[in-house]
Amino acid sequence: MKPAPFGYADPTSLDEALSVLESEGESAKVMAGGQSLLPLLSMRLASPTTLVDINRVPGLDAVVVGDDGVRVGALVRHVGLLHHAGAAAVQPLLARATANVAHPAIRNRGTTVGSIAHADPSGEMTSVLALTGGSVTVATPAGSSAVDWADFFIGPLETSVHGPAVVIDAFFPALPARTGTAFEEISRRKGDYAVCGAGVTVTLDHDSRVTSARASYISVGLVPEVHDLTEAVVGQSADTADWAAAGALARTLVDPDGDLHASADYRRLLVGVLTERTLARAAQEAQNR
Amino acid sequence: MTTKLMGEPVRRREDLRLITGRGRYTDDIGHGALAAAFVRSPYAHARITGIDVDGALDVEGVVAIYTYEDLAGPMAEPLPVLIPHPQLTAPRTGFPLARDVVQHVGEAVVMVVATDRYVAEDVCDRIVVSYEELPVVVGVDASRAAVHAVHADVPDNVAARHHQETGDVEAALAASPRTLSFTQYIERSACMPMEGKGVHAVWDADDSSLRVHTSTQASTSVRAAIAAKLQLSLEKVEVVAPDVGGGFGVKIVHPWPEELLVPMAAIALGQPVHWAEDRREHFISSAHEREQRQEITVGYDDEGRVTALDVRAWHDNGAYTPYGIIVPIVTATQLVGPYAVPVYRVRIDSVYTNTVIVTPYRGAGRPQGCYAMERTMDRIAQDLGLDRAEVRRRNLIGKDQFPYDHHLTFQDGRPVIYDSGDYEGLLDKLVALVGWDRAEERRAEAASRGKQLGIGMAMYVEGTGPGPYEGGHVQVLGSGKVLVSTGLTSQGQGHETAFAQIVAHELGVPIEDVEVTTGDTRRFGYAVGTFASRAAVMSGNAIALAARGVRAKALRIAAEILEADVEDLEIDEGVVQVKGTPGTAIPLRTVAVLSNPLRYAFDEAARQATQFAGPGDDSKPPVAVGDAPGLEHVDYYSPIRSTFASGAHAAVVEIDPTTWEIDVVDYAVVHDCGTIVNPMIVEGQVHGGVAQGVGGALYERMAYDSDGQLQNASFMDFLMPYASEVPDVVIDHQETPSPLNPLGLKGAGEAGVIPGTACIASAIEDAIGLRIAAMPISPTELYDLVRSPDAERVPAAIPGVPA
Repeated sequence: MKPAPFGYADPTSLDEALSVLESEGESAKVMAGGQSLLPLLSMRLASPTTLVDINRVPGLDAVVVGDDGVRVGALVRHVGLLHHAGAAAVQPLLARATANVAHPAIRNRGTTVGSIAHADPSGEMTSVLALTGGSVTVATPAGSSAVDWADFFIGPLETSVHGPAVVIDAFFPALPARTGTAFEEISRRKGDYAVCGAGVTVTLDHDSRVTSARASYISVGLVPEVHDLTEAVVGQSADTADWAAAGALARTLVDPDGDLHASADYRRLLVGVLTERTLARAAQEAQNR
Repeated sequence: MTTKLMGEPVRRREDLRLITGRGRYTDDIGHGALAAAFVRSPYAHARITGIDVDGALDVEGVVAIYTYEDLAGPMAEPLPVLIPHPQLTAPRTGFPLARDVVQHVGEAVVMVVATDRYVAEDVCDRIVVSYEELPVVVGVDASRAAVHAVHADVPDNVAARHHQETGDVEAALAASPRTLSFTQYIERSACMPMEGKGVHAVWDADDSSLRVHTSTQASTSVRAAIAAKLQLSLEKVEVVAPDVGGGFGVKIVHPWPEELLVPMAAIALGQPVHWAEDRREHFISSAHEREQRQEITVGYDDEGRVTALDVRAWHDNGAYTPYGIIVPIVTATQLVGPYAVPVYRVRIDSVYTNTVIVTPYRGAGRPQGCYAMERTMDRIAQDLGLDRAEVRRRNLIGKDQFPYDHHLTFQDGRPVIYDSGDYEGLLDKLVALVGWDRAEERRAEAASRGKQLGIGMAMYVEGTGPGPYEGGHVQVLGSGKVLVSTGLTSQGQGHETAFAQIVAHELGVPIEDVEVTTGDTRRFGYAVGTFASRAAVMSGNAIALAARGVRAKALRIAAEILEADVEDLEIDEGVVQVKGTPGTAIPLRTVAVLSNPLRYAFDEAARQATQFAGPGDDSKPPVAVGDAPGLEHVDYYSPIRSTFASGAHAAVVEIDPTTWEIDVVDYAVVHDCGTIVNPMIVEGQVHGGVAQGVGGALYERMAYDSDGQLQNASFMDFLMPYASEVPDVVIDHQETPSPLNPLGLKGAGEAGVIPGTACIASAIEDAIGLRIAAMPISPTELYDLVRSPDAERVPAAIPGVPA
């Protein structure tokens, strides 16, 4: 379990990072927290020619909170979002989801943007980016541009970004008014990848009737998906809505795979259970926002 | 009076070192050494058709590449069968490097030695081994079917047919008022010590001697194996087990191929060579345990008393049998547990599969036996509508029935005769400890929270401390330091503390003066090893006897000096004194100086001692015939047979009927290991055992696919419980001393794991009212079970057990 030989570059500016990536070609790999990448290297499941370590690039470590949302720099560790009260106020899903990311040691080192760029459907933050309708900023030698989440995730561990590029931040839009959120995972052991996880938002009108109910799941599809469950509960009161019906609807919308830890059927069961539980909590929260 | 030490919760003296990163493990030794790495078979069953190393030879830093062709003499022969048995009629072992056929994924084919491990793995990547794939056999049922053979010359795949019986079971079953039969499975797990295996070898060409550090549970035997296989004289080989980061059984197997190959390379290359096993290697090339299919028929009367028991089982021994059939024998003989079974027959076939070898993992066949017997007790209770505790009580061996002879032959070839115990006492304590009689109340309370609560129990008897022997050496230095050494090894059990307690107690010295060394063949050459819950029983007693020898000699010398009778002397706080006469005393360290008539006064201790030295008796030699200089003694303890510890566990589980998650909310243990040296250490052993029991019941399995590929060979997918998954454990002790050994000890190392699977299966069954026929069980499988339309409500496809 030792990596194959690889080159290492530690650029001190974004331009330098991009120029190294440009000269090294497709087999160079950007490293931020390294929590997923380095085990792949050690098991020789990945053998990049060069690791471009962006930890010394200035300006990528900020959490910028605005009225419209939270912009998270590429070097912000999960723990930085977990304990960021300002970010949580604008978009509560950030702290709720990062609390479910692995264990403290991994949260201390792993980055939220790195996790998104890794595009693992078992990752929490890919799902949250989707649910919030977020985007990432991709820097290339030709300049930077925003890429919407739906255009970013192509498949498991695969994004639409190719060639010399660094994902320099992720933007999570603010939670709309009268909207509540909830996030819950079921894992075999505390801190493991979720067998199934759910993040949801519920929006109410001024009479506390449901106008929107949306969910995104962890470890359920090949790429993050957002499912609109509103039709099952639209117009119903937050206190008495038929959340089980929303759960039942969710079960028909997902297409999970089975693996060593859960059959597809079991995952579908959990999608229903978690949907029902989280929507009910989110609706309660929405009444107070 | 010296502070009481035996039976006290003395804090483990080794822990500061071990938990602050100051332990010295094999991988901490010899950083300048060359590194070995292995090319291992990617196929479960294949013939090697070629090995091409051409592309590897130009990697910078490669030093040597070895294949089977490079093995000479005894190294080219199959690895030894450590424990032959007449019923092991088709033993098979591999070669240190595969010769022509590989029998499991992970079998070593090529050894590479390079300047460091990175380079060694680069070299491995460039070696091309060609294979012709052969049919693969995975799982006991496929092995039984014998459509394909693992070993071409063993067409039925049966390595051994183990068979014991205590009477005519068929007649007894026919005469039984009631009988029932059922089939159940238990899957594989593995030891998974934090530290994998590791070997470091240094050849001293000038001295023609070899020093090997290895992460082993049996350094003396590794030494003998290396000497034999590499054709070295025993005194030219030293083997040291430094700090060992857990063993749990896997490191009692020896010699591992690497323990021979690494020293072989060190000698050939004239340079130190080092190998540290990585986790993937540990998964696919060390050892697993536990997989069995069990068919049980029990006869009983209307009161639930067992009249006859017939067990037919198949035990998956993996690809080879280097450790003989110890595991199935232990299952066969320990299965009956604390119960009187009038007629018992057990037949276990030990069968080959194209998987990693199966050798003892903590419990070593006992968890499977306990699972068979305890689930039988539950079945009887269900059938008769009786309380499960009551059925057990009616079958227990009575307190007045010891010694109790089961008329079975144990793993050590000795009779299974229980030396002492009080099983009803255990059951009474357990029922009280877990609140067995409040189960219905709790079930209702849990139901009000939407949870299904269940309670289960399991009892066991564990043969511990098998022989043939262990030894101890105790020596008092002129400084007052007391050196203690024993040949068996330590893997975290707290021997530095427990053995020091025994010596401090026996000798009457402060524990701070006692220094314990284990597993170092330079210090003690004769030993068996640390396994089978035997260290405290075997070395503990040997060390006690050695300390008593030292004490006797010290008193004899002191009696002369103090002009007192030996009977009037005592040793307290390291001072020999006349009882009741303070001041008439001599420090033990001074006695140590005086025990050696050659006294160059190099130090203050020697100078002080001269004041006690008499003129000497000109008519006698300075060292009397039969005496020896120095204050030291070696002694051995060799038991007539094993001593039998016992215990009872209960688990309370809560199941969420929406997600089928299983939560062990309470876990109670009553434990009897005879006289307790250190209750804190015993409880630590129990806690660790329970953690592994929970793992085996709910989380851990070796997920082989039908091609023999292990699908979960990493800690990401092989789920050992974290602290967050292990329940708090409440413990009550019972002390029934063993009459067989001087200290009255019984082993404690493995007990905690034995009843876990049986007890948790019982609790889950109680919670959901459906039969659990395969363990471990996970929420996804429980969900399958509750949806099963099967009339018997047994899972149609046994989860995780390949067909």
